[in-house]
Amino acid sequence: MSAKFKTRRTLLFDPALLIEAAADSVRKLNPKTLMRNPVIFVTEVVAALVTLLWLRDYFSATGSPFFSGQIAAWLWFTVLFATFAEAIAEGRGKAQAAALRASRSDTMAKRLIDPQGRDHLDGVIENVNALSLNPGDVVLVEAGDIIPSDGEIVEGVASVNESAITGESAAVIREAGGDRSAVTGGTTVLSDWIKVRVTAQPGETFVDRMIALVEGAERQKTPNELALSVLLAGLTLIFLIAVVTLYGLAAYSGAVPSVVVLVALLVTLIPTTIGGLLSAIGIAGMNRLVRFNVLATSGRAVEAAGDVDTLLLDKTGTITFGNRMASEFVALPGVDSRRLAEAALLASLADETPEGRSIVALAKGDFGLAEPEVFDARAIPFAAQTRLSGLDLSTKSLRKGAVDSVLKFAGLSSEQAPPEFRAAVDRISRSGGTPLAVVETRNVQAHAVGADAVAFTESELLGLIHLKDVVKPGIKARFAALRAMGIKTVMITGDNPLTAAAIATEAGVDDFLAEATPEDKLNFIRKEQTGGRLVAMCGDGTNDAPALAQADVGVAMQSGTQAAREAGNMVDLDSDPTKLIEVVEIGKQLLMTRGALTTFSIANDVAKYFAILPALFVAAYPELGALNVMHLASPQSAILSAVIFNAIIIIALIPLALKGVSYRAVGAASLLRRNLLVYGLGGLAAPFVGIKLIDVAVTALNLA
Amino acid sequence: MTINGWLQIALVIGLVLIAARPLGLYMAAVFDGRRTLASVALGPVERGFYWLAGVSPEKEQGWLAYTGAMLMFSALGFASLYAILRLQAWLPLNPQGFEGVPPDLAFNTAISFLTNTNWQAYGGETTMSHFSQMAGLAVHNFLSAATGIALALAVTRAFSRGAAATLGNFWVDLTRATLYVLLPLSLLVALAFVATGAPQTFAGAVDAATLEGAKQTIALGPVASQEAIKQLGTNGGGFFNANAAHPFENPNAFANILQIWSMLTVSAALLVMFGKAVGAERQGWALLGAVGVILLSGVALVYAAETAGNPLLAALGLDPAQGNLEGKELRFGQALTALYVAVTTGLSCGAVNAMHDSLTPLGGFVPLFLIQLGEVLPGGVGSGLYGLVVFAVLAVFIAGLMVGRTPEFLGKKIEAREIKLAMLAVLILPLAILGFSAVAAVLPSALASLANAGPHGLSEILYTYTSAAGNNGSAFAGLNANTPWWNVTTAISMILGRFGYVIPVMAMAGSLAAKKKAAPSAGTFPTDGPLFVGLLVGVIFIVGGLQFFPALALGPIVEHVLMLAGKTF
Repeated sequence: MSAKFKTRRTLLFDPALLIEAAADSVRKLNPKTLMRNPVIFVTEVVAALVTLLWLRDYFSATGSPFFSGQIAAWLWFTVLFATFAEAIAEGRGKAQAAALRASRSDTMAKRLIDPQGRDHLDGVIENVNALSLNPGDVVLVEAGDIIPSDGEIVEGVASVNESAITGESAAVIREAGGDRSAVTGGTTVLSDWIKVRVTAQPGETFVDRMIALVEGAERQKTPNELALSVLLAGLTLIFLIAVVTLYGLAAYSGAVPSVVVLVALLVTLIPTTIGGLLSAIGIAGMNRLVRFNVLATSGRAVEAAGDVDTLLLDKTGTITFGNRMASEFVALPGVDSRRLAEAALLASLADETPEGRSIVALAKGDFGLAEPEVFDARAIPFAAQTRLSGLDLSTKSLRKGAVDSVLKFAGLSSEQAPPEFRAAVDRISRSGGTPLAVVETRNVQAHAVGADAVAFTESELLGLIHLKDVVKPGIKARFAALRAMGIKTVMITGDNPLTAAAIATEAGVDDFLAEATPEDKLNFIRKEQTGGRLVAMCGDGTNDAPALAQADVGVAMQSGTQAAREAGNMVDLDSDPTKLIEVVEIGKQLLMTRGALTTFSIANDVAKYFAILPALFVAAYPELGALNVMHLASPQSAILSAVIFNAIIIIALIPLALKGVSYRAVGAASLLRRNLLVYGLGGLAAPFVGIKLIDVAVTALNLA
Repeated sequence: MTINGWLQIALVIGLVLIAARPLGLYMAAVFDGRRTLASVALGPVERGFYWLAGVSPEKEQGWLAYTGAMLMFSALGFASLYAILRLQAWLPLNPQGFEGVPPDLAFNTAISFLTNTNWQAYGGETTMSHFSQMAGLAVHNFLSAATGIALALAVTRAFSRGAAATLGNFWVDLTRATLYVLLPLSLLVALAFVATGAPQTFAGAVDAATLEGAKQTIALGPVASQEAIKQLGTNGGGFFNANAAHPFENPNAFANILQIWSMLTVSAALLVMFGKAVGAERQGWALLGAVGVILLSGVALVYAAETAGNPLLAALGLDPAQGNLEGKELRFGQALTALYVAVTTGLSCGAVNAMHDSLTPLGGFVPLFLIQLGEVLPGGVGSGLYGLVVFAVLAVFIAGLMVGRTPEFLGKKIEAREIKLAMLAVLILPLAILGFSAVAAVLPSALASLANAGPHGLSEILYTYTSAAGNNGSAFAGLNANTPWWNVTTAISMILGRFGYVIPVMAMAGSLAAKKKAAPSAGTFPTDGPLFVGLLVGVIFIVGGLQFFPALALGPIVEHVLMLAGKTF
């Protein structure tokens, strides 16, 4: 994942991409498409107007064609920079889309004419184009074939390479029935065969959606983006009123500025900065998600992720490693703990389960034991029936396993076990862990006088191994960060409340739902939502589907069932439930970037007034020069500098728009304080500096 | 500026703050329908009104029905007031035998009092009979104020309720605002005005012989009662043409303090009530804080500009120590005049105790700009509250995204629909003010009304439409507004400023009320701290005020720099 991340990062600065984006930005000047963005559309209209005025000035030799020509040029640049920002944001998704498209085209499907036919090889197959498949069709996919569409396996089992979607080349097993029955069009069957019932409409498969998404073709304005567009359109209208009416008011004062100058005033006042970068921010936000291998079915979901109040996290795999691991050896009195560790190690050598491996690892790690060389021994592998594993040596046998199985092996009833042993078992169970017992059985040869040697055995309980759910390192800090952001974490587990409480405390979650059934999850989500909170969760099984659909943000695992993937509004291609946290962060970052640039853009207006207003009327009222606090060289250079600043700031902020503002997991109050300082006050101050510097350059170059 | 002056200002502000909290909490209880001390006496009266009007007080209205009721009530009010003004010659209580008011002036005046503007294109004592003053104008002083409070209540409920389809009952809110708040307060304040020496009589004018032996007609009437509601209801329409500069309206310094106090207190208390109703009293104080920052800056600017005076006069040998005293009453002094000027325009009151036309350019810039900011400082009774809420919604939206969540104000998510409606409302003021001013500035028949040329004349035009659209009603003077063009266009501005503004706001309230109330968390944008106050001030200034700067640059601002350069108009 990280490798892929890097290769796509370099694409951002790929010269080929820049050239293509530049070409695209010119294509995007088409007023019909530009109308979606009122601020930039107005800029384009007035740019055209000033161009006409420049032509008039140029051919009639009136006015100042040098000045109006420069203003016209910079107005066009303003529009171009805005379309360029969008083009470059889109360009980053295009390479990926091309790769995806290759997997889809020219796929042929083997459709079963009679899906009920018992044998798949009996000649009732027709070859059709994958694009002509309809939901309900059943196709046969054999080793080496590309799966033609999304579907559900109805028969067979196969190993599938899903790297076209996930970038992960390890094969996965897909089989009919259960939670691993979904297959995705565009992935390849490596071995065996499967019959797949198609579930997607032609052109609406997962890959199709993915292509549309990364290309931005299906991009619709998200709710916040829409609201922001309305605000920007409103501000544009207000300033349009201010500038148009200025004509009448200035006429009264005998101070009518030229149309070129009024246009310059208008364009610098309307929020061109955020207007130009708005769609790029949205596209870049989606791309960030795609780079994290998470696919959102809508931009709405990405925004909702930023709003989430409650995170529902499955214990297993998210908070803890999937398996219980040995964490401690508890030796009984009189037993050296090193001896216990050695016995546990030997008894676990033949245990290939993760628990067994963890015991070996703990013994080696904590006691520095080397892998013992054992000769003349018989390994007893772990079996589900006996729930024991062990090693038979010539003189003794070692066993480790579930407490009752071990006691049975030792020939003891639970009452016969030493009290210290029973106390330790109780303690481990209460803390949410699982105790495993270790026993050593020695063969004792007793030689009675005048008789054959009698062999009997003698058992000694050595102690216990404490198996527990190991909480992932660092997860507690992440939950603390989430808490600081105002997000509550809730752990979902099938464990009993006692165990759940112990793990919840260790992981630092705010709440937990123990012995959770799918209905419990659904009810919990509803309860949270009634309380005015937005809920995010992830899941993969079919029984997760209702909860995924109910949650405001439902992240389905790519490895999950078709039902789960359809119920959620995001799919995680890596099937890593921990990513829910990143998804929330990406959502927040997207909103923050928009907010920061909006605030910056609006705050810029104050300085622009100080640049342009004195210049506007200084001809009629020379005394207004007192307001020229920046001491700009001349009225013309002041206006030109403001327009240039207005254009250049868009290009200067493109990296920020694409990258997103830096995000820190702190509370809203301190986030706001910091961002208001940087983007609010910064937005007030930056243009004073910028316009002054440009004015110095403009004057030095004799441009005005 | 003197320490003494600032202490006077602090005293008045202090008195307002002391009264605002108990009054705000009382209003929160009254409008919630809870029993208060007053309901013992007024409860039966209230129920009597409902019985008479056939209103069932439990039946609540959605935003559309609520707004519809308000519009119907206003239309009826307009018709009756217009009729009274036109027919006053045949109506009782007309000791001076005034003629009926001409159609365009009656239209303008009816709209003016209906919209709580109280723009007066006439001189009260020479145009209106006692009946017109009391049964016509004074009645609307109550009703337009009560209507404003009712609308503010509806907007408040949009935040205090979750997933609600209704915003209250207009008739109930209107009745309670009048009966429990405006009437009792007016009674108290009117008596206080009588105590300071304001006349309260049905007698007509008296003739007096002056020291020079000339005969002078001195108008009298029920002044004190009119004065009370004029201030409490932020109406501002004076009994006399000279308004609160007239010694009968505003007899002495104590009366002056009472005038400012009664203007500010109800609007300030409404913000406290808002906080209480939405379950966070701090929220009300935060809004009040933002208002205070801008208003006090305005006071300081007027005070500084007026005490600095006019360098041209100083050059002519006038004592500059007194500052600019032209158009001011010596008995009020510079400090309380500056406070009055800023407060009457920060509120949509429009009562004046000095001639705004005679303020220095910067001093005149302040009232003009404060009205243009949208009459939210703290605004007219009711209208100020809902105007402030619109700005708060915009402030939360603009900066709220910066905390990485869909912006929410008091648990209500701010989305495209709310922004659309809020922007529609905000658009009204520049449209009316700049639109009409730009036309008037080039229309010869309109320009004929101007008394001054140059930037000062432009200020007069701007001020007239600003005052009308902002529903303020104060006059810059120097402009003869009683012509058909001015009467009709200012009336349209007043209608736009009141109804064009409040209809989108009510639609926004309806949409907000229907939303679930989100639970606050550490990730929620805090809207009750100093950070939000600063942000709100910035947004009011940038979104509400910046668009007027090009126009202001040609008016008071250029006049100021010209004055410094030695030019006058």
